[in-house]
Amino acid sequence: MEILVCVKRVPDTAENEIEVNKDGSDIERDDLVYSVNEWDNYAVEEAIQIRDKVGGSVTVVSVGGEEAEEIIRREMAMGADKGIHLSDQAFEESDGKGLVRILQAAIEKGSYDLILTGVQADDGAGQVGGMLAAMLDWPFASLVNHIEVINDRTIKVGREIAGGNQEMNEIDLPCVLSIQTGINEPRYVGIRGIRKVASVEIPVFGASDIGLSPDLVGKSGAKISRVDYFVPDLGEGAEILEGDTGEILEKLIEILKSKGGIK
Amino acid sequence: MAACQRVRGKERATDMGTALISPAEASFFGIPTVIFSVFILIFGIGIFTYLIIRRIAPLLNAAADPRLDRIMDRAKNTVRIAIFQYRQPRYLFAGILHILIFAGFVIISLRSITLVMLGIFEGFSLPGFEGTLGNIYDLFKDLAGTIVFGSCIIAAIRRGFFQPERYSVPPKYGKGHTGEAILVLFMISGLMVSDGIFEGSFIAAQIQKGFGIEIPIPGTITGIAAMIFIKTPLSSLQNIHLVAYFSHELIFFFFLCFLPLGKHFHVITSLPNVFLMKLNKGTVKPVKWGVAEEELETSESFGVKKFEDFTWKHMLDFYSCADCGRCSDHCPATAVGRPLSPRFISIKCRDYAFDKYPLFGASIKERDLIGHILEEDEIWSCTTCGACEEECPLMIEYIDKIVDVRRGLVDVGIVPQSLQKPLGALEKRGNPYGKMERKRADWAKDLMAANAVKILKKDVKADTLYFVDSITSYDDRIQAIGQAAVRVLCGAGVDFGILGPAEKDSGHEVKRFGEEMLFLQLRDQNIASIRGSGVKNIITADPHAFNALKNDYNGIPPVEHISQVMKRHIASEKIHLKPIEDSRAVYTYHDPCYLGRHNGVYDASREVMDAIAGIKRVEMVKCRDRSFCCGGGGLMLFYEPIEETRMGRLRVEMAKEAGATVIVTACPFCMVNIEDAIKTTGMEGKMEVIDLVELVDRHMIV
Amino acid sequence: MALQIFSYILHKGGGLDDSALELVTAAHEIDPDASVTALVIGSGTDLDSVCNEVASSYQNVWKIDNRDLSYANGEVIRGLLSRILPKGNIVLVPNEHFGMDLAPGLSVKLDAAYLPDAVSFEGIEGGKLKAIREEYSGMVSTHVRCDISTGAVITVRAGAFKADESKGETGEVVDKTTEALTGGLPGGARRFIEIVEAEVGDVDITKSETLVSVGRGIEDEDNIEIIRDLAEAMGADVSCSRPIVDAKWLEKSRQVGTSGQTVRPKVYMALGISGSFQHLGGIKGAPFMIAINKNVKAPIFQVSDIGVVADILDFVPELTDKIKEMKG
Repeated sequence: MEILVCVKRVPDTAENEIEVNKDGSDIERDDLVYSVNEWDNYAVEEAIQIRDKVGGSVTVVSVGGEEAEEIIRREMAMGADKGIHLSDQAFEESDGKGLVRILQAAIEKGSYDLILTGVQADDGAGQVGGMLAAMLDWPFASLVNHIEVINDRTIKVGREIAGGNQEMNEIDLPCVLSIQTGINEPRYVGIRGIRKVASVEIPVFGASDIGLSPDLVGKSGAKISRVDYFVPDLGEGAEILEGDTGEILEKLIEILKSKGGIK
Repeated sequence: MAACQRVRGKERATDMGTALISPAEASFFGIPTVIFSVFILIFGIGIFTYLIIRRIAPLLNAAADPRLDRIMDRAKNTVRIAIFQYRQPRYLFAGILHILIFAGFVIISLRSITLVMLGIFEGFSLPGFEGTLGNIYDLFKDLAGTIVFGSCIIAAIRRGFFQPERYSVPPKYGKGHTGEAILVLFMISGLMVSDGIFEGSFIAAQIQKGFGIEIPIPGTITGIAAMIFIKTPLSSLQNIHLVAYFSHELIFFFFLCFLPLGKHFHVITSLPNVFLMKLNKGTVKPVKWGVAEEELETSESFGVKKFEDFTWKHMLDFYSCADCGRCSDHCPATAVGRPLSPRFISIKCRDYAFDKYPLFGASIKERDLIGHILEEDEIWSCTTCGACEEECPLMIEYIDKIVDVRRGLVDVGIVPQSLQKPLGALEKRGNPYGKMERKRADWAKDLMAANAVKILKKDVKADTLYFVDSITSYDDRIQAIGQAAVRVLCGAGVDFGILGPAEKDSGHEVKRFGEEMLFLQLRDQNIASIRGSGVKNIITADPHAFNALKNDYNGIPPVEHISQVMKRHIASEKIHLKPIEDSRAVYTYHDPCYLGRHNGVYDASREVMDAIAGIKRVEMVKCRDRSFCCGGGGLMLFYEPIEETRMGRLRVEMAKEAGATVIVTACPFCMVNIEDAIKTTGMEGKMEVIDLVELVDRHMIV
Repeated sequence: MALQIFSYILHKGGGLDDSALELVTAAHEIDPDASVTALVIGSGTDLDSVCNEVASSYQNVWKIDNRDLSYANGEVIRGLLSRILPKGNIVLVPNEHFGMDLAPGLSVKLDAAYLPDAVSFEGIEGGKLKAIREEYSGMVSTHVRCDISTGAVITVRAGAFKADESKGETGEVVDKTTEALTGGLPGGARRFIEIVEAEVGDVDITKSETLVSVGRGIEDEDNIEIIRDLAEAMGADVSCSRPIVDAKWLEKSRQVGTSGQTVRPKVYMALGISGSFQHLGGIKGAPFMIAINKNVKAPIFQVSDIGVVADILDFVPELTDKIKEMKG
C-alpha cells in the first residue's frame, strides 16, 4: 500500500509558555524548540506499521521553508521510506485551504492509496484531512484510533466519539484519514537514527514543479487571515482566594458547604 | 593426636605387603580391574573435554571484551574473592557451609588426583607426598572429608527440608533447582564416604593382619569405617575396598561431567570468572570494545539484540551463575514486584545458550532476546543500583548487560512512551523537563543578587565548580537543596561558581538507559564548558552527577561529592555546627546508591551528621553497601513500571523499623522518592526527610 | 441580499444537543439581521420532535428525513447538504466529533471559506467576518478575518456561546428530503458498521452531583490516592482529564471531556487541571467550579468560580484533613 503522511513542524508546547511577542504579530519564537506535530507522529507510526504488515511504502510530506526538512528527515529516521519537501515563497501565508491545494497538487503527481494526517496541529484547526479528501473527492474519516486493512481496496477504521465510544466504519481506498493520538505507541527516534538518514536525499518541489498556480495559494489565495495575536484579559474569571493556607482552607470549606459540595 | 601412618610407595609392597589387593592389581572375574580404571579415566576425561569444547562454542561467536589488564589487581581479587570466599559470609550460615565445602574441596583435590592414579599405578603418590608430608596431608584430608560430608548433609537438609525463600523459582521462570542441588550434595557426600570406606576398609584389613600401625582419626569417616570393619572378614573387605574405589571413580567422573550441565558449572568457572571480573566500578562498558566513539554513528548495529551480541565474558557470567538467588534477594525491583529478577536473567540466558549450542543434536532456532528470553519491562525496570553485583560471590555483572540490551532496544526505537518525552527534551533543552535553558540558573537568582554565587563566564572565574545538574536546577522542591548547598559552600569559604545556562544534564541516566549518542552529546558539551571555565575542582550534591563526572567523563578536574567536602571543612573547622535543633528526633542516614555502593563513599555523610552535637543516629538494617534503592533517579523518575508497591515506601518502612523519625539523604532523587513515599504511606508528621546539605545549612553557625 | 446563516443541529434520541441553542447566539453575533435556518437530519419520530423543538428558536427549519440517516455519517451528510445548501452563505457547525468529520470537506464542496473553532465574533466589515480563535492549546488568541464573499463554513467551539433560550421564533419546517436525495444516497465509499461502547467502569460519573477531578498536576500515579481521599471525605466521585487516562492511571470511564464523558454535576473541583477546551467541553450545566492549580496563568481560572493558587500535592491532603475534622 502506498501511504502518504502529511507532517507539520510545530513549536514544542509541553513545558514552554507560549507568549505573544511585543507587537502582537506572532508568538515569541526566540527560545522555542520545534518538533514534529504530535498527531502527525502517531500517523507516521501507524503508516509504518501498516506498511510492515501489508507491504508498500510510506512517504512523508511537509510544506514549509528550510526548517521543514529536519522534520521530514526525523520521520524518515523513524522508518518512512521517502520524503517530499514542498517549499516556495509563493506558499507563504497560505490559509488552510491554500495549504491543502498545495498538498493536493503534490498528491496528484504521485499515486497513493492512503493519506494520513494528524487530527490537528498547533493552530487547533483540524482542517487539512477533511479538506484534502473533499478536494481529491476521496472518502474521509476523522479522529481515527484504529485501522485494519481488509484487502487492497478496503479498510476498517474506528473513530473516537463521545463518551469514550468508538464508531466503526468500512472505507474504500483511496481515502484520507486524520489520526488521533493514542492510536499506537510511536517508536523512539534516537540521535543515531537521525544521523543515519542525514545524507538521504529529500526532493524539494516548488509551485511550478507541482503545477500549481501561485494565485491559488499564499496571501492572495487566502480567505482567512490572521490580524494579530493577543492574550485575552482574564476578565472576571475566578475569584482567587487570598490569605495563608489556613485561611484559604476555611473559606474554601465554607463555600463548598454552601454549594452542597460536602455530603 | 594419633596419626594414620601408612607407608607409601614401593616400600609397601616389598617391605610389609598389604592386607588388601589394590585396584591397580586386582581382578574381577579374571579381568584386571586396572582396565576399568583406565577406561573410566579416558572416558571421563574425554567426555569432559567434549563438554567443555561445546560450552566454549558460543564464546567464540561473542563480542570482544578485553580482560587481561591490571594482572596484579586481578590476581589479588582472585585470592580474596574466589579463594578466600570474601563475599560468602554476607549470608552467614550458608556462607560458612559453602566455605567449608569449598575449602574441603581444595584440600581434597590432591587426594582426588592420587586416587585416580592409584587405580592404575599401584601405591601411587604425588611427588613430595611420599613420606611425612603425605601423612600430614592425609590427616587434613580425612578431617576435611568429614567436615565436607557433614556440611553437605546440613546443606542438603537446609535445601530440602527448610527450603529458604531465596532459592524458590516462580512458575513463570521454570522449575526449581533444589533437586539438582541435593543431587550434587549427595554426590559430594558420596565422594567423601567412598574414599572413607576405601581407606577405612584398608586400615581395618591392615589391623586384622597386623601389617603396620594404622591409627585413623576417630570420628572421621575413615576412622568410623575402620571401626565398623574391624571384624569384617578379609574377603568381604577386599570387595568393599574395590567397590568403594570404583564407586568413587564413577562418582568422581560423573560429577566432573555433570558440572558443565547446569548451575554447578560455577565450580569450574568461578576462579576464571573472578579473575576476569570488571575492575572499573561506576561506569558502563563502551558500546562495543574496539569501536571508537566516532565510529558509533555508522556502525551496523548497536547494543545487544541477539545472544551473540553479548561479550564472551558476559556469556561466561551466565555459565557461572550458581543460582544462589543472593542478587535477587537484594534487588529492589524484585522486592517491589517488578518483572525483574537478576538471577533469572542469568539463568534464562544460560539456558538459551545451552539450547542454542546444545551438547548433542540440533540447535534450536535463533530467537531475538527481547520478547522470547527477556521481556522489555524486565529490562527497563532496573534502577542500576548495583545491589545485585554487590552480593554476587562470583562477581557476575548485571548493569553492563542490561545497559547493552537497552542500547539494542533504543536502536530499533523500542523505548517506553513515558521516557520518550524526557529524552526528546534532553536532546533539545539539555534537561528532561523541557524547561528553557536560559532559566537553568533561576533557582539561584536571589543568591546571585546577594553575591553568594556567580555564573562562570569568560571574565568570571573561580577555583571550584558547583555542578548543579537538572533536577536541582528545575524542580521546585529540590532547588532548596541547591540553595542550601550554596549557603554551606559560602559559609565554608569556598570560592566557587556555577555554569548556569551553559550546564547541560550530566547524562548519567541517558547513558544507562541506552541512548549513548545523546549521552556523548551532553557529555561533550559539559566537558567543553567545564574546561572552558578553568576550574580546578568540581563539587556536586547530586550523586548521579558525581558518578557521571567521576567515572563516565574524562579529562576534567577531580570531582567530590558535597558530603566529602563538608566533612573536610568540619574537620578543619571552616564549618561550625550548633547542637541539634530537635533533640527528640531520631536520625537515620540512607546511603544513596551512586554515592555509597558505586563509589564507596559511606562515612563522609555519617561523620558530618555525627559532628552535630547531641544528634541521635541509628542505622537501618540495610545500610551501607546493602542500602536499599529509593526507586532510582534521572530518567527512572519518568518511567512507569509495573510494580506492586514503590521502593520508596519499603525504604520508609525500613526507617520506621529502625526507630527513626528523620531520614537524611544525600541525593536529590532519593529526596523526591522518599518524600513521595512519606506522603503516600500516610506517614506525614511521623517521618521526615531532609538532605544532608539542608541539615548542615540548618545547623551551620555563620 | 440578507445573509443566510445555516446551523447544523446535533441531536440524539429526540433531544437537542446543547450546541443547538448555542449556535443561535453565535449566528446573532455574526449578524443580528440574518435569517437563521436549522438543518436537522435524521429519521422518524425522533427527527420530528427535534424539528418541533428547534422551530421555537430558528426562523426556518430544513429537515431531511430518511431511514438510512438515523445514524449521522459525515460523508453522507456532506453530500446531502452540498445538494441543498445555496452557495455564498454561512454554515455553522458545532466543533466536535461530527463537526470535524463534516465541516472541512463541506467548505470545499461549497467553495466557501473555512473558519475552524471560532470562540467569538466581532461583526462583519467590508465583506469580512471578524472572529476570534485560539492557538497553541489555548495559550494565545488571535483575531482573524474571514472573507465571506463566497460564503463560509464555520465550526463553533462548544460552550463558547451561551445558549439562546428565548424561544421567540416560530420556524417553518421545510422538508428537503426529496431534493437532498435526488441522485441517491451519497457518500457510499464510507459505510457505518457499528458503535463499540467503552467499557463501563464501576462508577457512572455522568450521574454524579459532585466531582473531584484530577489532571496532570497530580504528577504521579501514586498521588491519586490523595484525590480519592478528598472525594471520600466530600462524598464525591473521582473523575479526571485525558492525560490521566492516557497514562492509564484511571479508567476511561472517569474521563471528563469531549472524547470522554459529558458530566452535569452541581459542584466541580478541578485539581491540577489546566483547563483545555477539550476537557471543559465535557462539563455541561454550568456547575459551581473550584480550581486548584499552581500555575496562576492556567486557563481554568478563567472559567472557574473560585480559584486557589497552590500545589495540589500539598493543598489537597490539608483540605481533606480539614473536611474530616469538620465532620468530626
